[in-house]
Amino acid sequence: MSSAEVATLPESEGFRIRWGDLAPFIALGVIILLGTLINSNFMSANNILNVITRSAFIAIIGVGATFVIATGGLDLSIGSMLAFVVGIMIMAMNALAPALGAWAIPAGAVVALVVGSLCGLLNGLIVTVGRIEPFIVTLGTMGIFRALITYMTDGGSLSIDRSLRNAYRPVYFGDFLGIPYPVLITLAIALLGAFILYRTKYGRRVTAVGSNADVASFSGVHVSRVRTMAFVIQGFCVAVAAICYVPRLGAATPTTGQLWELQVITAVVIGGTLLRGGKAHIWGTVAGALILEVIANVMVLSDMVSEYLVAAVQGAIIIIAMLAHRFTSTR
Amino acid sequence: MPVKISTRNIFKNYGAVEALKGVSVDVHEGEIHAICGDNGAGKSTFIKILAGVEQPDRGEIVVDGKPVHFDSPHASLTAGIATIHQDLAVAPEMTIYQNIFMGAELTRNVLGLRLLDKPAMRRAAVGYMAQLNPSITDMNAKVNELSGGQRQAVAISRALRWNADTVILDEPTAALGVRETEQVLDLVRSLKASGKTVILISHAMQDVAAVADRISILRTGKNQIDLEGGDLTADNLSHYILSGTGDRFH
Repeated sequence: MSSAEVATLPESEGFRIRWGDLAPFIALGVIILLGTLINSNFMSANNILNVITRSAFIAIIGVGATFVIATGGLDLSIGSMLAFVVGIMIMAMNALAPALGAWAIPAGAVVALVVGSLCGLLNGLIVTVGRIEPFIVTLGTMGIFRALITYMTDGGSLSIDRSLRNAYRPVYFGDFLGIPYPVLITLAIALLGAFILYRTKYGRRVTAVGSNADVASFSGVHVSRVRTMAFVIQGFCVAVAAICYVPRLGAATPTTGQLWELQVITAVVIGGTLLRGGKAHIWGTVAGALILEVIANVMVLSDMVSEYLVAAVQGAIIIIAMLAHRFTSTR
Repeated sequence: MPVKISTRNIFKNYGAVEALKGVSVDVHEGEIHAICGDNGAGKSTFIKILAGVEQPDRGEIVVDGKPVHFDSPHASLTAGIATIHQDLAVAPEMTIYQNIFMGAELTRNVLGLRLLDKPAMRRAAVGYMAQLNPSITDMNAKVNELSGGQRQAVAISRALRWNADTVILDEPTAALGVRETEQVLDLVRSLKASGKTVILISHAMQDVAAVADRISILRTGKNQIDLEGGDLTADNLSHYILSGTGDRFH
């Protein structure tokens, strides 16, 4: 768009359709259409609910990743952090179960939220106080968290106490008015994320820091504080995902959450958030998470491509998304 | 005109490098004061000290007759000095009004929560921009959709938003073409017309000759020559910078 056009546009009420922002939703529509054509079972209510529910983990963690990436950061440790938080939460719940009974579940959930936020705080402080690239810091903590969960499970698995299983099961498998709880939790987290990002000073400063940290600093924005807080939000979101994850399989293993960082970062990037920061798109991230899960589902249903190649397809998607961005951007 | 900002014998070392060796400059209120000099003369260090980014080793800064100490960019801003750094000091992916209100967002109280007051920021942004470039009315336009001259108008509006009475412009035309440079010089003139004091750092001698009321030429960390603007040409200025003497060469 040329500057002359911009200058003559009338002032709107603050809403303008930018086609680039709609791209992830259009892509999601196209993929759903393809899925419907390929397999008639795809559009069954059962399958659709299943797909949406499974995308919840990536979407919830993706909301946090949208904050980190919008500030110009990157968190590679999220998959390992999830496994670590799941491990701590199961240990806490099992330890509390004899004393608290089913109340061990909410108590364990609180432990998870605290531990997740602290893990994020750790990442954030090393990045801002230590002045080290987020890529390197979280590569390091990725290894640390992964080793810790392997150590905690002794290489095997760490299961939740049998007495808690039935009480905890509905958090993943239950529903309210037909909508599964993980979907409701995803909606709540995305709404909260969008509220913070688009309606509060902090959210505005997240994009300001990502867009131009020097200018933000000269405008009186505490850049390090904003960046650190984004990592804490990321850790909190990982913990929420962990709370939804445990009832699904009831155990932590050394491979829990493996390669989830690939899916989460892909969801964020195809959702329209700029990888170098400065532009954040929460609902695009949710659409991105759905796109990845729908593609995996279509691959499983179609029998055309082995489902073992799902991660390869997801890896290809992030590369294609970045290439598409390179060729469509004006600079 | 009274003296707005005065620096007295500012010294600054970076390790063994003596960046400033006693800079004493008097900036008069309501004037456009240009700071010139070759690379390495100490221009950027001097500006960083006025902007609160760096602290001097020795020497004193006096604003409106009172000694001040800037330990952060925020301290300099609250003393009424806004600095617009080179390389188009804006956040490109954000809109005009978001840039103008960066770090000083307006909020309103909704059920005890302080939410961004976007309509108020858009309305006020139109007012700031109108002082500089009335042709821009869409405050939701992203800054990366604007021309270089329009971007500088956004950056200067942010300085106005801070109610700064002194605006430091660090190489505002370095990245711009001929027409955009002329737009920015008009912005500088309109700042002066609205009563602001302007400190202009520039390599572009014709820009300095066109707008400056007073010029200080730095050379190896000192202000060697202080000149009145007016009848100077770009060639005169280049000669002063190269020769380092105050002798008129014609």
